[in-house]
Amino acid sequence: MKAGAITESKSASLISEYAPRRSFLSKFQRWEWMLVGLILLDVLINTRLSPFFLDARNLSRTSSDFMEIGLMMLPMVFIIITGNIDLSVASNMGMSASFMGLLHNMGVNIWAAALAGLLIGTLGGLLNGYLVARVRLPALVVTLGTYAFFRGIAYGFLGDQAARGYPAAFTYFGQGKVFGTLVPFSVALFIVLAVIFGLVLHRTTFGRYLYAIGNNENATLYSGVPVARIKLIIYTLSGFMAALAGLILAARFGSTRPDIGTGLELSVITAVVLGGVDINGGKGTMLGATLSLFLIGLMRFGMGLLNIQGQVQGIVIGFLLILSILLPGVAQQISSSRNIGIYPKSVLISLGVLAIFIAFFLFFFWSRAPVIAGG
Amino acid sequence: MTVQNPPAVKTSPVSRYGLLWTLARFREAGISIFILILVVAVTLRAPSFLTVDNFSDILLNISILAIVALAQTMVILSHGIDLSVSSMIGLVAMIVAFVVKQNPEMPVLLAVLLGMALGSVLGTFNGLIITFGKVPPIIATLGTLSIYRGLVFYYSQGTWINSFELPTSFKLLSKGTPLGLPNMVIIAIVVAVIVYYFLNYTRTGRDIYAVGSNPDAAQFSGIRQQRITFLVYLISGLLCGLAAVLWASRFESAQTNTALGFELQSVAASVVGGVSISGGVGTVPGVLLGALLLGIIQNSLTLIRISPFWQLAAQGLLILIAVISDKWILSRVERTKQ
Repeated sequence: MKAGAITESKSASLISEYAPRRSFLSKFQRWEWMLVGLILLDVLINTRLSPFFLDARNLSRTSSDFMEIGLMMLPMVFIIITGNIDLSVASNMGMSASFMGLLHNMGVNIWAAALAGLLIGTLGGLLNGYLVARVRLPALVVTLGTYAFFRGIAYGFLGDQAARGYPAAFTYFGQGKVFGTLVPFSVALFIVLAVIFGLVLHRTTFGRYLYAIGNNENATLYSGVPVARIKLIIYTLSGFMAALAGLILAARFGSTRPDIGTGLELSVITAVVLGGVDINGGKGTMLGATLSLFLIGLMRFGMGLLNIQGQVQGIVIGFLLILSILLPGVAQQISSSRNIGIYPKSVLISLGVLAIFIAFFLFFFWSRAPVIAGG
Repeated sequence: MTVQNPPAVKTSPVSRYGLLWTLARFREAGISIFILILVVAVTLRAPSFLTVDNFSDILLNISILAIVALAQTMVILSHGIDLSVSSMIGLVAMIVAFVVKQNPEMPVLLAVLLGMALGSVLGTFNGLIITFGKVPPIIATLGTLSIYRGLVFYYSQGTWINSFELPTSFKLLSKGTPLGLPNMVIIAIVVAVIVYYFLNYTRTGRDIYAVGSNPDAAQFSGIRQQRITFLVYLISGLLCGLAAVLWASRFESAQTNTALGFELQSVAASVVGGVSISGGVGTVPGVLLGALLLGIIQNSLTLIRISPFWQLAAQGLLILIAVISDKWILSRVERTKQ
């Protein structure tokens, strides 16, 4: 009788484990819905705070502001899903745009120059891919090296000069709109490419291989998947897309300086990670990354309308990045430690840490107070 | 060497692979040779390179880099990375400079202690996010990189602190030479000696290596992995705080873009100095040589009149060459073993 009861409950738990009853609400627990909620919340708050936020022309203009980040984000999703990283994208973008600017300054036809820019960016990506996939160096070190190398080449090309005076046919790619609608060309390009990249990731064997590599690279290799070639392809693709983003950014600015796009790699990685892609690889969707790109873009636009400096906006984005990973983890920890109970020692430590931070912020504002009074 | 790997030595022609073995075993030897070749080559082109003046200039230039690179090394040894070092330096330098500006009578030692305390708080924040919050180090410090930099702007409201606003005693902190060498160089040497002792002769120091080379094994052998991880980020913050005070004193200013991009240089010095990015491998002398190599390259490129615009590219190329040659040597050694 007793034994029967145990097996019964065991089988019940087995069933519930393998075929969980999906309630209507559980569908909304996915990260993508969370992002949609955050976007709506952001739109709601910003509309309350500024009358200029929900304006079609403003939104159309601001959406082209982060499309370069979006273009670099697409291949970055691939790379991070395989458990690697590419820190060199923004530098590669600078190198490609500077090369195009240099050729333009020398009097080369703009389209030939743009093609050469795309070529050098792709070669840069190939170099990354070769070092990561064939020489098998850690991706972080390789792309940190090329991060400096590519940016250095950009400075070498243009020095303290700037390339200016691009023809209108070229600046259309950064400033133009599609056939009299309010949709900027770069946004249309991004959406088309995002759909293509999303289909490749979620509907092709190549995409499945990316997840497989991210989950267990050795197992994937031993099941006959050409891991090295796939890595080579995605890094080369990343180089190409960085170059494309560089050209569009140059077209939007109407000029090129060697420091073009400095620091954008952080925005790209933030968008990918906030989009629910696991930095250790194996998890994530293209939709999530795209949604988080728009969330960050809209948040920055909203804060810009409120006259918050770009660097100070970084505080909010930084916290968002950390919290997006921290909160799910802490929630899990709390729910799993509920059975054990909290030890008095850890409470004391938490209080101590809290006191340190309160002291820090008191000092932070106290020492700053006279400055506000003065200026 | 022969004792530890007798079969490998027996089966392979020792004369041919002797040099490679040495290079693989003593990473410092490889960098030293590279530095020597570079010094000779540059001296041939520009004789003014090999002078006492120029070398003390190089030492002065790399002191801060050496301190931060040692901090970065400890983090990388424990299989982490701290990308926020540049922003920590920027924020602490700004706060300390403000406080010193308002209290010119303040003892310099107090400014140093204040900087280290502030740095420790920032490091504590990193450590808590990574250990308690279970956020991967690269994400956590990427986040705090932009948070701390944003706080610099918020704190300063975009203004700078200039040389005339700082008292002379504070400026002399880095450049004074009561002991023959500039104070900053001496501080860097003292830090290096302490870190060397800590990593090699204390239990906690050895634990850092253990956690970095195999976290699970370290956990099973009774090392409190979380505590070690927390500690390295705390130390990283502390040393960055020290570096920040020296930075403000050396450049006699605190700007909103102080130390921007310095995280790259600190990682570069560590990696060039033979620290493995996957943790557990690396020595203090190696890192110091790595910092020296970066300093010499920067200095010599100027001396042999290479456009400053190409210097960043040269630095990047150097990192790539260092890691590629390291990998090449290791793979050759692996091959001779079989």
